[in-house]
Amino acid sequence: MSNQEEKSILQKEVSRRDVLKFAGIGGAGVILGASGLTGALTAFGANPFIDDDQTAVNKVKFYGKHQSGILTKNPEHVYFVALNCIAKSKKELKELFQLWTNYSAQLMNGQLVEPYTANKLLPTADTGEAEGLDASHLTLTFGVGPSLFEKKELGLQHMKPKELADLPHFPKDQLDPNYVGGDICIQACADDPQVAFHAVRNLVRAARGKVTMSWSQTGFNSYEVKNKKKLTPRNLFAFKDGTGNPNVDNEKEMNEVVWVQPGESKSWLTGGTYLVARRIQMHLETWDRTALSAQEATFGRHRDTGAPLGKKGEFDDVGLDRKENDQPVIPVNSHLHLARQVKDRILRRSFSYSDGINPTTGAFDAGLLFISFQKHPKQFINIQNSFGRVDKLNEYITHRGSALFACFPGVKKGSYLGAELFG
Amino acid sequence: MNQVIRNVGFLLLSSSLLVGCGNTASKDTDSKETAPSSETEQANKLDKEAKAYKEFASEQLDQFVIETEAFVGAVKAGDVEKAKELYAPARMYFERSEPIAESFGDLDPRIDARLADVKEEGQGEEEWSGYHKIEKGLWVDGTTKGYEAVADQLLKDVKELRAKVETVEVTPDLMITGAVDLLNEVSTSKITGEEEIYSHTDLYDFKANVEGAEKIFEIFKPTLQEKDAELAKTLEENFGTLNELLAKYEDGKGGYVSYETLTKEDTKALSEAVDHLGEPLSQMAIVVE
Repeated sequence: MSNQEEKSILQKEVSRRDVLKFAGIGGAGVILGASGLTGALTAFGANPFIDDDQTAVNKVKFYGKHQSGILTKNPEHVYFVALNCIAKSKKELKELFQLWTNYSAQLMNGQLVEPYTANKLLPTADTGEAEGLDASHLTLTFGVGPSLFEKKELGLQHMKPKELADLPHFPKDQLDPNYVGGDICIQACADDPQVAFHAVRNLVRAARGKVTMSWSQTGFNSYEVKNKKKLTPRNLFAFKDGTGNPNVDNEKEMNEVVWVQPGESKSWLTGGTYLVARRIQMHLETWDRTALSAQEATFGRHRDTGAPLGKKGEFDDVGLDRKENDQPVIPVNSHLHLARQVKDRILRRSFSYSDGINPTTGAFDAGLLFISFQKHPKQFINIQNSFGRVDKLNEYITHRGSALFACFPGVKKGSYLGAELFG
Repeated sequence: MNQVIRNVGFLLLSSSLLVGCGNTASKDTDSKETAPSSETEQANKLDKEAKAYKEFASEQLDQFVIETEAFVGAVKAGDVEKAKELYAPARMYFERSEPIAESFGDLDPRIDARLADVKEEGQGEEEWSGYHKIEKGLWVDGTTKGYEAVADQLLKDVKELRAKVETVEVTPDLMITGAVDLLNEVSTSKITGEEEIYSHTDLYDFKANVEGAEKIFEIFKPTLQEKDAELAKTLEENFGTLNELLAKYEDGKGGYVSYETLTKEDTKALSEAVDHLGEPLSQMAIVVE
């Protein structure tokens, strides 16, 4: 017996069909159709609850107080997609998130979204390219954008938090409409790019007719390992990215920076957070001909250690006021200085990207998929405004894409993604 | 005789499908056994549907012969305008029944190959024949001169195709695969405007492919409604959505506007509608269960 067959037998006990058969619903046909979406949606109530499989290899938990992929450390690969919602009613959208809940639990267990059936004239319910791969620390993070609440047919207008609005125009923004906004986002992170892609592919496939794809971006991170500990990753400018992040293991700090607390926004967002996505093009060619001292002055840090200028260690106190020969050690127009001028903090979780060659310039199309989490968009807005026109880094980067999403709180066992919003 | 063979074919098909994860050896034994009566019933039922589809395809190809005769007549009479007018509507009969026409590996390219297909085969333009060759004459060269022999050969090939259809064994598999293939055709060549690169009449082929797929759905619909009413409903709605979208591009004279007039947004919307239909359409195979 092949692995595949073995798997499909093992999974049979959780097959939707069997459950319905046992439940005696609709006999041989009505809901059993394996019609992907429609059948599963109708059947959600009767669908078996799919729990986290603690025995799965390299697994991140799906259920919990918060969604995965936010505090989860050291993400390596991301497939980020922004979707347009074309569902015709709130019910349809709710059913989609119910289906996505089950599929996500399966995917994060390293399983097929649904078992294969014996009928070989049917395409398989799972597209199959992750077969034989483990869960690969897959995380799935779902959010909704401001435009979703403007769709009258969904009747969600009154649920929109007032801070959930398109990000303002920032100085030097040159946004490409092909990388802006979205009604829904899915962030899939994994150790393996194929596992991340497989997850999004299957989630989108199951949603055909309910969503269309607006834009997507892949990204990657690599980690230097010292004493079995992963160090802060470097971006494509070779500087460590994320040094100043708050401590994700400190619950109090996370509640202050990342998680929406009761009463701070609409109640459906309590325990959730805001995701800012920015596609930042990095002009590698100009950067590469910039003297190392100028590169370091741009960031305000030493490139090799990541330490603030004039300091030894990456995590040494920045000391913005330090002066040498009456000049600030950390230049006032450096990225670090401008970021630290603001008291707001955010949790950065960015990825590098390389997307081929820019056809008009012949240069690399490469950069940073900047992702940050914060309990209120203004935290990001204040920092970005501080960079303004002054930031020396502006010479080397251009913001091309921008989106803001409100990410649901985590899913309780037996509930579903966005239950607080759609319920 | 034919009937008997076909029935056996169905039994083989349905029993092997129902075996689940049985190995090949047991499949052989299964097929020799008598199938339970419900399966026989199912096979007979689908046999009726296969027959209905064959009738449809035959009618389409009958009409294709008639329309091609008229087209070829115009080409040979040197009437460029008339030939241009007849070109796209005539081809629709072929495009609707493509799952059948495709069964003949040699005839299909002789009738419908694009220059790019011929070149891909490592052949030169002189080996190119059929509708698209004349299309180039009409729209690029603005003439029928020198295409008379191509037209004669085209009519011969079309008639041969019609005659050969009688030998095709229509199975549910062919129909199910055919319906999805028709949409795949749309996704891969019609959407990109690569089918009719000279005449830009891609929307005619587009519409005909969709109609061909819809016909197969219509034939299976009663069975499908019994097995999965939701799926049948979804398919009905999604065909409706796509047809509505296509209707936006009707030219008011019974035809369609030039594909060149469509914007990127237009083609994207069409493409998405095709994908939304294709996904549930691929689930239609549950009719054999």
